[in-house]
Amino acid sequence: MGPVATDIGELVGRDYREGFVTDIESETLPPGLDEEVIRFLSAKKHEPKFILEWRFEAYRRWCEMKPPQWAHLHHLPIDFQAISYYSAPRSNKDGPKSLDEVDPKLLETYDKLGIPLEEQKALAGVAVDAVFDSVSVATTFKDKLAEVGVIFCPLSEALANHPDLVRQYLGSVVPAADNFYAALNSAVFTEGSFVYVPKGVRCPMELSTYFRINALNTGQFERTLIIADEGSYVSYLEGCTAPMRDENQLHAAVVELVAMKDAQIKYSTVQNWYPGDEQGRGGIYNFVTKRGACRGANAKISWTQVETGSAITWKYPSVLLEGDASVGEFYSVALTNNCQQADTGTKMVHIGRDTSSTIISKGISAGRGQNTYRGLVKVLQGADNARNYSQCDSLLMGDRCGAHTFPYLEVKNPTATIEHEAATSKIGEDQLFYCRQRGLSEEDAVTMIVNGFCKEVFRELPMEFAVEAQKLLGISLEGAVG
Amino acid sequence: MLSIKGLHAKVDDRPILRGLDLEVGPGEVHAIMGPNGSGKSTLANVIAGRDGYEVTGGSVRFFGRSLLSLTPEERAREGVFLAFQYPVEIPGVSNVAMLKEAVNALRKHRGEPGLDAMDFLKLARERLKLVEMKEEFLYRSVNEGFSGGEKKRNEIFQLAMLEPRLAILDETDSGLDIDALKVVAGGVNAMRGSARSIVLVTHYQRLLEHIVPDWVHVLADGRIVRSGDKELAVELEQQGYGWVNSGADQAVEVG
Repeated sequence: MGPVATDIGELVGRDYREGFVTDIESETLPPGLDEEVIRFLSAKKHEPKFILEWRFEAYRRWCEMKPPQWAHLHHLPIDFQAISYYSAPRSNKDGPKSLDEVDPKLLETYDKLGIPLEEQKALAGVAVDAVFDSVSVATTFKDKLAEVGVIFCPLSEALANHPDLVRQYLGSVVPAADNFYAALNSAVFTEGSFVYVPKGVRCPMELSTYFRINALNTGQFERTLIIADEGSYVSYLEGCTAPMRDENQLHAAVVELVAMKDAQIKYSTVQNWYPGDEQGRGGIYNFVTKRGACRGANAKISWTQVETGSAITWKYPSVLLEGDASVGEFYSVALTNNCQQADTGTKMVHIGRDTSSTIISKGISAGRGQNTYRGLVKVLQGADNARNYSQCDSLLMGDRCGAHTFPYLEVKNPTATIEHEAATSKIGEDQLFYCRQRGLSEEDAVTMIVNGFCKEVFRELPMEFAVEAQKLLGISLEGAVG
Repeated sequence: MLSIKGLHAKVDDRPILRGLDLEVGPGEVHAIMGPNGSGKSTLANVIAGRDGYEVTGGSVRFFGRSLLSLTPEERAREGVFLAFQYPVEIPGVSNVAMLKEAVNALRKHRGEPGLDAMDFLKLARERLKLVEMKEEFLYRSVNEGFSGGEKKRNEIFQLAMLEPRLAILDETDSGLDIDALKVVAGGVNAMRGSARSIVLVTHYQRLLEHIVPDWVHVLADGRIVRSGDKELAVELEQQGYGWVNSGADQAVEVG
């Protein structure tokens, strides 16, 4: 595949288009982390005391922990004392009452990213809780959501207005000291979203948050908590871009989902953070803990992710299937190009009876990218008739990249049905020639073949995100006909 | 229209074509026959511009323009179509998606507006009839899980959709039972016309009973050693290719 590899290398080596730094005065803490920093963060947000104590506990545990070494990832050690743990756009200090009060430069930034809030409001019925660095700058559609009792707000606001709800569920799925990065997040999280959908309510719109890392050397530590009460439904969209820069930026988010009896949560992500340049300089380090718990019978949690950005991705959106007949799903496309590394997958833990899970993972490696699927299917003793279907496919472009699959299986109940399929393929010269002989450019042929490879995941995405995913992979949408 | 002069080509440093000449006029159907290894498929792939086929001499001109400096997609857009001996599977990409992109790439090249979904579908339904396929055929992934016959029919369906000026059919008859062969031949015959030339690359004469050629050429050792009308194919069928290999040097061109 020598000559083809080079051509594909050029094709997938297009410049990162979201790279620009918005010139806004930031209020930034000097680098370093200690209890004083945590006290400052908590005071800045006027947090209740229990949160401060929770942060301190997480911090103490974190100090005793070491970063995990088991992932198939290689990077220099991260100096956690060289990171600033707070940065806020200064002009936003008092909080805007409406979009009119938002710094026009912020809005301009969103415009450049193609997500103008004004249009978002009018279009598609999407409410946007936009996070610019560490402070939410605008939240829309609140009134409409309030009519049906849905709470959708920055986590800091939820702490002020609904402290009991937060206290009940925060850390209930991902405990403060769950792992090194989750502990760090618990100690220093500065923003994120909170969603509560009351019993029997079908959330009338897709909830969406766009994250954007901006200020230099500022790690971003969002914490998102979504609770779907009995019989409710919510679809949540998370999308990310970041400006181009040289310094590596740490990102360690935590997302917790709680689905009660008969409730359903659909969580979709398109992640397009700066991946670093062709030599592997710069790029975001993305260490994320995402986990959902199906707390009641027939609950369903579905994760869909399209991961195209970041220099390093360490991420395993998981589901604890506690309720009987609860359902967990994980659909993933991970693309690594140039020097990007991804170690991503899921954990499906079958606890209740008749629980089922589906895992569809599509890894695409190009350039010198390293792409690892790491998944655990665990069936506990009491989980009679558990079912899992896993399919992990890898697509290689060129001969300098790597694909790795680590499926782990722990089954303690003999009635379980587990299926696993895995395949590795290359974009063949014969496939490319076939398409080109029909008149397609090589570029169009590659994107079409990749799109076909990812189809099972893309069709799980909400429409507006499918479009985003399509843009990211440079793919033209299929099925426009018929 | 297609003019090949003194064509030499190598595959993996092995000379396969050694001074091949071929003239194909508008609307003509030419059959290229010959024993295995004589260079039939190499000729088809060289015309289409496949990687790995190195042209070391001679020229290939199409409407007066050299094809050899063009990329495969440029040749396709000029109207060169290759029906593959082994059609390629593209999982997850529907027939209709790929064909719509292909049709519109060709239209764009000709300065025509792209077909919208409805017009495209109308055309596709009409052309499907030529190869006796149902509409669901459009929505299956390209060649994935197709039977041998379905793959070959799909090639002819694509031919019918893309309306090339030159269609090269590489062993399109191989692996087909007689019913499928008739369907494929019927599709090709329906696409015959004064603006479309067809080159049939085949080992056997039986395809030529259904698609009657204007000219038959015998390829041996990388050159055309004999040319004639359809009777030549019958003669070959009776005598086999043995005489071609032994008598290649003395063979006289009559075409």
